[in-house]
Amino acid sequence: MSLGQRSTISGAIFSVFLIIMSPISSVAQDTLSLTEMVTALTAKGFDEKAAAVEALAEVGEDQVELILEALLEGRLYARKNDGKVLIVEKRDKIYLLFDPVELTEVGQASKKEITKLRVNNRLRRIIRSALGRLTLLSPDPAKRMEAAGVLFQKPSPANASILAAALERETDTAIRSKMAKALAAIQLGPQNPVETRIAAIAELEAFVEPEVRSLLSALLIQDDSGAFREQDANVRAVAKRALENIESKLRLYGILETLFHGLSLGSVLLLAAIGLAITFGVMGVINMAHGEMVMLGAYTTFIVQELFRTYLPGGFDYSLMVAIPLAFAVSGFAGICVERGIIRYLYGRPLETLLATWGLSLILQQLVRTVFGPTNREVGSPSWMMGAVDLTGGIVLPYNRIYIILFSITVLIVLLAVLRHTTFGLRMRAVTQNRSMAGAMGIRTGRIDMSTFGLGCGVAGMAGVALSQLDNVSPNLGQAYIIDSFMVVVFGGVGNLWGTFVGAMSLGLINKFLEPYAGAVLGKIFVLVFIILFIQKRPRGLFALKGRAVES
Amino acid sequence: MISWRNPAKLAFVAAFLAGTNIMVNPVSAEDTIKIGVLHSLSGTMAISETTLKDTILMMVDELNANGGLLGKTVEAVVVDPASNWPLFAEKARELIEKDEVVAVFGCWTSVSRKSVLPVFEELNGLLFYPVQYEGEESSRNVFYTGAAPNQQAIPAVEYLMSEDGGAAERWILLGTDYVYPRTTNKILRAFLHAKGVSDDDIMEQYTPFGHSDWQTIVSDVKDFASAGKSTAVVSTINGDANVPFYKELANQGIRAEDIPVVAFSVGEEELSGLDTEPLVGHLAAWNYFMSVENDTNADFIDRWHAFIGNENRTTNDPMEAHYIGFKMWVQAVRQAGTTDVDAVRQAMYGQTVKALSGYESMMNTNHHLSKPVMIGEIQSDGQFDVVWQTDGVVKGDAWSDYIPESAKLVADWTYPWVCGNCEAPRFAVSD
Repeated sequence: MSLGQRSTISGAIFSVFLIIMSPISSVAQDTLSLTEMVTALTAKGFDEKAAAVEALAEVGEDQVELILEALLEGRLYARKNDGKVLIVEKRDKIYLLFDPVELTEVGQASKKEITKLRVNNRLRRIIRSALGRLTLLSPDPAKRMEAAGVLFQKPSPANASILAAALERETDTAIRSKMAKALAAIQLGPQNPVETRIAAIAELEAFVEPEVRSLLSALLIQDDSGAFREQDANVRAVAKRALENIESKLRLYGILETLFHGLSLGSVLLLAAIGLAITFGVMGVINMAHGEMVMLGAYTTFIVQELFRTYLPGGFDYSLMVAIPLAFAVSGFAGICVERGIIRYLYGRPLETLLATWGLSLILQQLVRTVFGPTNREVGSPSWMMGAVDLTGGIVLPYNRIYIILFSITVLIVLLAVLRHTTFGLRMRAVTQNRSMAGAMGIRTGRIDMSTFGLGCGVAGMAGVALSQLDNVSPNLGQAYIIDSFMVVVFGGVGNLWGTFVGAMSLGLINKFLEPYAGAVLGKIFVLVFIILFIQKRPRGLFALKGRAVES
Repeated sequence: MISWRNPAKLAFVAAFLAGTNIMVNPVSAEDTIKIGVLHSLSGTMAISETTLKDTILMMVDELNANGGLLGKTVEAVVVDPASNWPLFAEKARELIEKDEVVAVFGCWTSVSRKSVLPVFEELNGLLFYPVQYEGEESSRNVFYTGAAPNQQAIPAVEYLMSEDGGAAERWILLGTDYVYPRTTNKILRAFLHAKGVSDDDIMEQYTPFGHSDWQTIVSDVKDFASAGKSTAVVSTINGDANVPFYKELANQGIRAEDIPVVAFSVGEEELSGLDTEPLVGHLAAWNYFMSVENDTNADFIDRWHAFIGNENRTTNDPMEAHYIGFKMWVQAVRQAGTTDVDAVRQAMYGQTVKALSGYESMMNTNHHLSKPVMIGEIQSDGQFDVVWQTDGVVKGDAWSDYIPESAKLVADWTYPWVCGNCEAPRFAVSD
């Protein structure tokens, strides 16, 4: 989401609040003390600030929520000349000032005239839990959801009554269950009667989450003298059973999570390798500059996003849709130039091709470094790719990973369709299987070579768009993927897109299942050794092409 | 194709090849003092090191504009070791032997420093090394202007242990697999043991350079942190791997209030390729942040923007280290009245410079600086807010107090009582 967009939204929310709140704040006495309390937030030390936040949270005024949110998000400033605390809205280079108590606009200021009220992590935690109490009854379901989550993390007996009241009023089932979980976590405390504690355990057992596991296992901890933290043996027995139940489910979920990680890594490998599967696999060109084609795609994404930021900030969410075909065009065009300019003179001379394309990759890297600078470029994520699906059992599936899996499979299917069902695909296969015969049939083989290479590079460019969401957009981007790409293509079987797919997915899965045991470094080594051994056994990879084409 | 029978073309090619050399080494004149700049301008480390090359060029320009040094102009000889560690040693030799530079400003990774170290010791050169590092090293020929572990890692961990830092009890040490993270984590583990943290509460993980798939590790972090004790991550992840790591943290919804990550290799420059909105509150420990408010810093930032021609460029801690190192070298040369390495080295001790951090930095006889330690939280604009800092400056320690065999060692290079790694200084230069 762009900055401009964000400030308009919060601006709109703000003006809504202005209308609602103006009559409330007319009570003179409260206003005075509230102003004083807000001024206390300017204290130097974090201890004093924390006390000021706690005091504010106790006041029932509606402005408090707004003030605390502003403090949390870094929008609360103090004016340097009179020390007045103000909520600030940034519009381009101007700072609009709002009185936090009266909620009226009180002028503008430049950056030099105001200082931000600093918060640290401890203060953020305190503010969040204060906001949790304040927003538990909020009309906004998202806020209630968030509040219930915050209160669960720090179970405090003081919150029991407000949680119970909120639970009573709540109609949304998802929020209800979160509130019930938070309440049960509090009821686990030793101040409650045994029946309540056992009921709380039963309630918690339904939530297969690492946090619940640690809550329950805390009950079974013995101190140095051998006494349990939980005194009652019955409660302990129930907790133990619930814990075993949760743990066995968590183990299963752990495997599912690793499976997802493996598929996700596999899809990244597939994207990086699929262009190479065409240029290397189908055409037999060892293209060391393949990674740089990916990089060009990523930089195209960066340029497209910069244009969107400047000319069409509202449409930023669609920038990737625009970037995908453009990246295909840019990298594809670069590929065609490379084929016409260099590679066509080197067919049948793999060593020279390798050296020439390797040199080319260095040139492209340094070119990008000279034009864009050596530092990383910021490629933003559209809002629909941010966040994650929070499944039960603490499994988190980030949206960007899910989209990349879908994207890679779409690219594979489209490529397969192009190869099988179009005239171009037919000619391409004809040329790669028997060049002289295809030429005799009237196919212009040189032209087909050019477009095939362009297609492979274009697909690499599209991969760059996806990888820009996960990795650095820097001149080195391509280097990171070139080895993996060759590994996938060779392992999967040269000349076979299905082989590339199966190869990428199995390498992803092997890597992720090995990583927890062997660590990231050793895991990588094992995978390499495995591939070397595999190639010894089956030199043509998983899916070897059969027939006459192989011999040529 | 080039026809070798055509003498004109051959001459042209030869001239072109020779041209690269001519450009790097202008004809040396009697009235110039040459210094070397040994930073990678290509390859993986170019992202960080290019800025440092520009910093030195800017300082040289300013020095020459103000009348130069000892009545001569200073000339920076820039070479590109291309993130290739053995090439660092070759280029260092070339700088000292062929270009006859009197001091070299360079290196970023510890492995590149280790690679040039024998060259500098053999040829008695002078290296200014501007990056925070793992300590456990002391050379007569290197001035370490970055932070030693006691100026960065240890205070950062102490901060996380404090009430303000979240009172962490469980620790995750994540690092790139090479000498700096391994040594730092060895020191940190010893320190944590001394503070009563058991091995069960420490998780240590290493990843290769440029690691980009952080899913498993980030979910392991979440799992490790769910044991009911507050948990903190200490990251010595270096270079390119940081961006995907932070992106994964944000995607898996890890908030800084729940699991703070303190990094020793992430500064303003590294954050410039990231949307920092979801990372607000994660920490970094340095001796300088761009957001520090004082006149020296504001002035430097203005000059930097003017020099580089871009208002959006950031400054960072290694730049400050080069700023201090270069100023100190100039002062020492003026004091010694010569650029002779042995004389300048003696003149370096006790030099003070008003640093960008707002403090007076001093060079100690162990070749390390006295600098303040600052801990900053990432803000949504890609800058850091200082949330904690030491009252004064802290003296850099070459040998860590937390590793028993190192604790006994002294580093003191005051002539003639020299000693780099021995238990008591001894007379004259023999090692």
